[in-house]
Amino acid sequence: MQIYLPIAEVSVNAFLLLGLGGMVGILSGMFGVGGGFLMTPLLFFIGIPPAVAVATEANQIVASSFSGVLAHFRRKTVDLKMGTVLLVGGLTGAALGVVVFNYLKSLGQVDLLVKLCYVVFLGIIGSLMFVESVNAIRKARGAAGGAPAKRRQRTWVHALPMKMRFRTSGLYISVIPPLIVGVLVGILSAIMGVGGGFIMVPAMIYLLGMPTKVVVGTSLFQIIFVTGFTTMLHATTNYTVDVVLAVLLLVGGVIGAQIGTRIGVKMKAEQLRVLLAMMVLVVCGKLALDLLLQPSELYSLGAAGGH
Amino acid sequence: MFRIFLTLLFLLPTFATAEEVVLGLSKDNVAITTSFDGSEILIFGAVKREAPIDQSSPLEVVITVAGPSEPVVVRRKENVFGIWVNTDAVEVDAAPSFYAVATTGPIDQVLSNTEDLRQKITIDNAIRSVGAPANITDAESFTDAVIRIKQSQGLYQTLEGQVALDQQTLFRTSIDMPADLTEGDYSTRIFLTRDGQIVGDYETSIAVQKVGLERFLFNMSREQPVWYGLMSLAIAIAAGWGASAVFRIFRAG
Repeated sequence: MQIYLPIAEVSVNAFLLLGLGGMVGILSGMFGVGGGFLMTPLLFFIGIPPAVAVATEANQIVASSFSGVLAHFRRKTVDLKMGTVLLVGGLTGAALGVVVFNYLKSLGQVDLLVKLCYVVFLGIIGSLMFVESVNAIRKARGAAGGAPAKRRQRTWVHALPMKMRFRTSGLYISVIPPLIVGVLVGILSAIMGVGGGFIMVPAMIYLLGMPTKVVVGTSLFQIIFVTGFTTMLHATTNYTVDVVLAVLLLVGGVIGAQIGTRIGVKMKAEQLRVLLAMMVLVVCGKLALDLLLQPSELYSLGAAGGH
Repeated sequence: MFRIFLTLLFLLPTFATAEEVVLGLSKDNVAITTSFDGSEILIFGAVKREAPIDQSSPLEVVITVAGPSEPVVVRRKENVFGIWVNTDAVEVDAAPSFYAVATTGPIDQVLSNTEDLRQKITIDNAIRSVGAPANITDAESFTDAVIRIKQSQGLYQTLEGQVALDQQTLFRTSIDMPADLTEGDYSTRIFLTRDGQIVGDYETSIAVQKVGLERFLFNMSREQPVWYGLMSLAIAIAAGWGASAVFRIFRAG
């Protein structure tokens, strides 16, 4: 069944969109990430204009995170205070990101920027996660039933001023690192059309030292507001939010996420992280190849204006 | 008296060759609905004449359909430090968003070059490009790229020999329009030619526009972006919530 998307101005198969949403939804349910980093490139591949893909994906993430965060509120695994600090940074970052996005769009470099961002961030995060979780698995095997892991050592993060107590996370740290993390994630959200869970979750665990159980809920809480803000910015400056596309992806995505969550519960955390790391690296590799290999069509068309 | 007769005699040939187009269209507007997946338009008509058919040379028909013209920026990728990056850009001043030209025979036979240039009939002539930036020496390859890319998307079509002409009087052709059409008036021109010279022409237009939900959403996103953004968020959240509620009911039941 073909459906014409009013803003993207292309005709695509509705079941293809539902299927894509469902597939990415399963993965996001398994790993507790938004899945935007997979969905946005997939939308490029099926011919949705990049600007529309990025803006619409932000809209979809708001909605898919919304049902997720409700579940976390019920389980009381949301650190509202930490979430708010991250959010302040995130909104600043998103505003910056949209400005950069629009500037580069006028230069014709937005595709390059988006892809480079993906390659760099997915590459770094993927490799770090992969090494860390493989080590964790090896350690778990070596010292089965041994002493619990030692408490994290004090790093430079703990030496910064402006300390604040985050009770839900059991942390007493400076607000500067979470603010910086928030700004970075906000910029990424605007430029890459992702929620930023894939960078925020590792940053919260490894950099801020938050307990794993509150990380996902708190990041979802922050993501809702940042991507909501991004959606509004794109809708008012670029007119690129396609609500029909968003709803179709979403319906598939929510159902997929429910299935994914149940698969995720049955697997070990380390195994999940290795899988996620490998997937991140695959997407990264594909995008890197696109930049490095000679494209079959060297020319591309764009709308004029914007100077 | 004799003089008048002479002038009439001189005028006669022009009367005799006057051939007019009477046109029919299978539809004069294309509505882009939610289920829009391209459209086929049948263009047909007849040649009306007061005098016997001129047998000196065969009559040929050329039909063009052109979407609204818009400036297009063409960018070229180059390898910079191992990465393929957009470097040179040329702005093509006016390129039709859609262009189809259909003829009764090979274009170079049915149409002379001068007539083609004057009426901008073939695709190459329908694109207007005034001067590229000074640092670009091969501006032509950018215009060629526009044609190549649009042709591969089915937006530019050259349909030589696709117009059927019966008894030098009835003609018809069909034009396939792809799904990703730009809204606007698509000007449709019909030229009658003999020996490559245009002997008659006719122009009309086909309106292509979004209707219903498509129209509503598109207008709202442009005229009321804030409300549109809020509405998109609300609808998406409701749909997400609804879908997960339905899923829960399914699992419970």
